[in-house]
Amino acid sequence: MKTVKAAFVKSLPVMAGYIILGIGFGILAHNAGYGFPWALAMSLLIFAGSMQYVGVGLLAGGASVLTVILTTVMVNARHLFYSISMLRLYRNAGRYKPYLIFSLTDETYSLLCDGKVPDGADPDRFRFLVSLFNQSYWVLGSVIGSLVSGILPFSTAGIEFSMTALFIASFTEQWITAKDHIPAATGLLGTLFCLVVFGPDRFLIPAMLLITLLLTLFRNRLSAGKKVDA
Amino acid sequence: MSVVTILLRAAPFLVFKKKAPAYVMYLGQVLPAAIIGMLVVYCLKDTNPLSAPFGAPELIAGLLVAGLHAWKRNILLSILAGTAAYMLLTQLVF
Repeated sequence: MKTVKAAFVKSLPVMAGYIILGIGFGILAHNAGYGFPWALAMSLLIFAGSMQYVGVGLLAGGASVLTVILTTVMVNARHLFYSISMLRLYRNAGRYKPYLIFSLTDETYSLLCDGKVPDGADPDRFRFLVSLFNQSYWVLGSVIGSLVSGILPFSTAGIEFSMTALFIASFTEQWITAKDHIPAATGLLGTLFCLVVFGPDRFLIPAMLLITLLLTLFRNRLSAGKKVDA
Repeated sequence: MSVVTILLRAAPFLVFKKKAPAYVMYLGQVLPAAIIGMLVVYCLKDTNPLSAPFGAPELIAGLLVAGLHAWKRNILLSILAGTAAYMLLTQLVF
């Protein structure tokens, strides 16, 4: 019980964000023609916020399987690195390990990456429960969103801008905190270039290739000034 | 989407024992920022600056998000305010 309470308290900072973003996702999915079962299934099985927002657009726009796979790889590539940094912490988590790995989102990672566990709590069970609480907020929000979007007293036209706003805010945050602006600028300008060249329906894959290529070329420059922990 | 996401989260546990190659670590440092930039453009891909309303709602609401975020650094506040502004602009003004 002590572990459950400690995990719940730990998960509280994520609660409001996940419920609100989940509601946004539920409404967005509903407006795109993907109702309650879809929103629930996506939040249970994917549990990756940005990707679910983007995924609704891909599904609704009839994107190819290859585009969906590659977009998921790029949008969620950062999760590779969350996992890498959790290798040691999760290694001996036993029966909790599969779910811990599945549920390692940005927010869950940010709560657990310091490795600290409250006194008296079972570390693996604590991390498992924090992850589970987080996903339950996300699922709850998605379900609320998909159920209320049909009965809201005002038009939800334009709600899709919540995704744009999420990425603009993340971009601003990243821009303020980062020492080096080359990666962010590469992503923005490289994609803009591909949008102009290839058009709005087929620019994502070229953009991902171009970004990876450019960042590989910039590698010496970018890693010269800072310590690379490898 | 589900399978690829799970594979990405699980791959390091299956492939790397303790450390990952330097190139992979490097990409891990620089890709997230670049991909956020890519997603901003992706979200605005269907905005046409050459015909009315010339992307004005997106520009106004986008600047509001960036400005508010630079000021308050509260991601939820930025998203809620920007989305509300965009909905009002598209439904009532343009």
